[in-house]
Amino acid sequence: MDEIIRFEHVSYSYPTEVAAADKDGAASGSSEDRSVTPAPALNGVSLAVRRGETVALLGHNGSGKSTLVKMLNGMLTPDTGTVTVCGMDTGGDPLKIRQQVGLVFQNPDNQIVATVVDEDVAFALENLGVPPAEIRERVDAALRDVGMSEYKSHAPHRLSGGQKQRVAIAGVLAMNPTVLALDEPTAMLDPKGRVEVMETVRRLNAEKGVTVVMVTHHMNEAALFDRVVVMDKGAVALDGSPREVFRRAEELQALGLTVPQTVALAQALGLDAAPLTEEECADAIYHAYKGEPHC
Amino acid sequence: MLKAENLTYIYGQNTPFETKALDGADFSVSAGEFAGLIGHTGSGKSTLIQHLNGLLKPHSGRILLEGRDIWEKGAKMRGVRFAVGLVFQYPEYQLFEETVGKDIAFGPKAMGLSEAETDERVREAMEFTGLGADLAEKSPFDLSGGQKRRVAIAGVIAMRPKVLVLDEPTAGLDPSGRREILTHIQDYRAQTGAAVVLVTHSMEDIARVADTVTVLSRAKPILRGTLDEVFSRREVLTGIGLDVPAVTRVLLRLRALGLDVDAGAYTLEDAVRAVKAVRAC
Repeated sequence: MDEIIRFEHVSYSYPTEVAAADKDGAASGSSEDRSVTPAPALNGVSLAVRRGETVALLGHNGSGKSTLVKMLNGMLTPDTGTVTVCGMDTGGDPLKIRQQVGLVFQNPDNQIVATVVDEDVAFALENLGVPPAEIRERVDAALRDVGMSEYKSHAPHRLSGGQKQRVAIAGVLAMNPTVLALDEPTAMLDPKGRVEVMETVRRLNAEKGVTVVMVTHHMNEAALFDRVVVMDKGAVALDGSPREVFRRAEELQALGLTVPQTVALAQALGLDAAPLTEEECADAIYHAYKGEPHC
Repeated sequence: MLKAENLTYIYGQNTPFETKALDGADFSVSAGEFAGLIGHTGSGKSTLIQHLNGLLKPHSGRILLEGRDIWEKGAKMRGVRFAVGLVFQYPEYQLFEETVGKDIAFGPKAMGLSEAETDERVREAMEFTGLGADLAEKSPFDLSGGQKRRVAIAGVIAMRPKVLVLDEPTAGLDPSGRREILTHIQDYRAQTGAAVVLVTHSMEDIARVADTVTVLSRAKPILRGTLDEVFSRREVLTGIGLDVPAVTRVLLRLRALGLDVDAGAYTLEDAVRAVKAVRAC
């Protein structure tokens, strides 16, 4: 059971009324006249993710990333094709699928429901009727896993963005999911909050073996994943390790994306390298240049 | 052009949650200046910019627009709101009209401009933000996220503000969308000579477009100056959870490795030049 997620020839179009609005999660408008017939949000996507893999989903706005994420736990189901997660078709029992796949969204303020941090983390477990003693145990463990134990009695609205997002992650973690799916969880955060979330996600993967699928517009974050999948027009355009994908700077640019600054710098200097971290980048430049005579 | 002096603002005054969001903050921007404003969440950036057009009234201190206190008796707040255009975070959630054209026209109409002038302003604002004229009759809700964002910015630009203030206008956009928005804002500044205040979490954006940077921390500015003056104080920036741009960090590391490279480069282009200069010397 190495393979945990499988998309087979998945296509999906939003129903026309909500098509334009729902793509961005924005409130739908009042206009009656909708003459647009949208292109399919997903158009024949086939994709397999292995257990324990970390996958960054890239693509310009409207390329189908968010739709793909919503397919992972059956929030959306394909018009044609199938999505299988942990061996289950996502069109099946939603409760079972959602226990396997935890979803975290962009805006932490829209995901927090309780007035105290640990109650918020306990929300789903309470609804599932988990015995109180076990809830306590799982909530404490989840908060520990995201490094938020000391805030368990705090009011969520008084936390920083990065902290709120970690509480949201703890909320899905309490369900012991196999897959953690995150849709631009860092978009609204400051640099420190971004690092907090990225470190949490990476640690959960390394220590607990959680499979991670994360949408991001930050190329330097994508560089830290095992694998980068680039979406375009509802289909997979590029798929490979960050090093493989970020070597293809021109193709990425044509898709409305860029490469991490470290890769851009190395390439602009004519180095045949795709350094993913600042250390790698400096080392590559240093080795290329130290042979040169300089004054 | 616009000057804030010694601003203090307190949220929840006389409650247990009393918080000083601004504590003796100074800020100023000149005509034609592109001023970057950075700081971690909760440092007071959004509170500060809401003072710049009088949305919030300071508990102490004053705001001078072209030398005049905007809160003095007899001052016209309406005029201030037209002169200082504020684009909020995620402004696309504030679109409300039936068509793009009507939404952008809301500001100029409120200013009391004639229909002909309003049309002209709408056309001009759509051009500044790279929106094709054919979009004017569309519902804003049928547009992509990036387009909606530009419609919202166009709505503010249509008032031809002398100071354009934007709170994270590129948040949540893909890289090409980010680049486009910044280019449009630069164009507006270049063609109108307006001052721009840009709040962002992206040091790369700051390096690309800003002339000056103000760093806020704990309710007051702790650094202010040119890019060189601010980015040369890396220890101050990292101390508050910020940092210099990624390419600058690479150059600093090269220096640590013993390569005599100028680490005062903040954009990709300048960094390439700095490394090449080592080879060329």
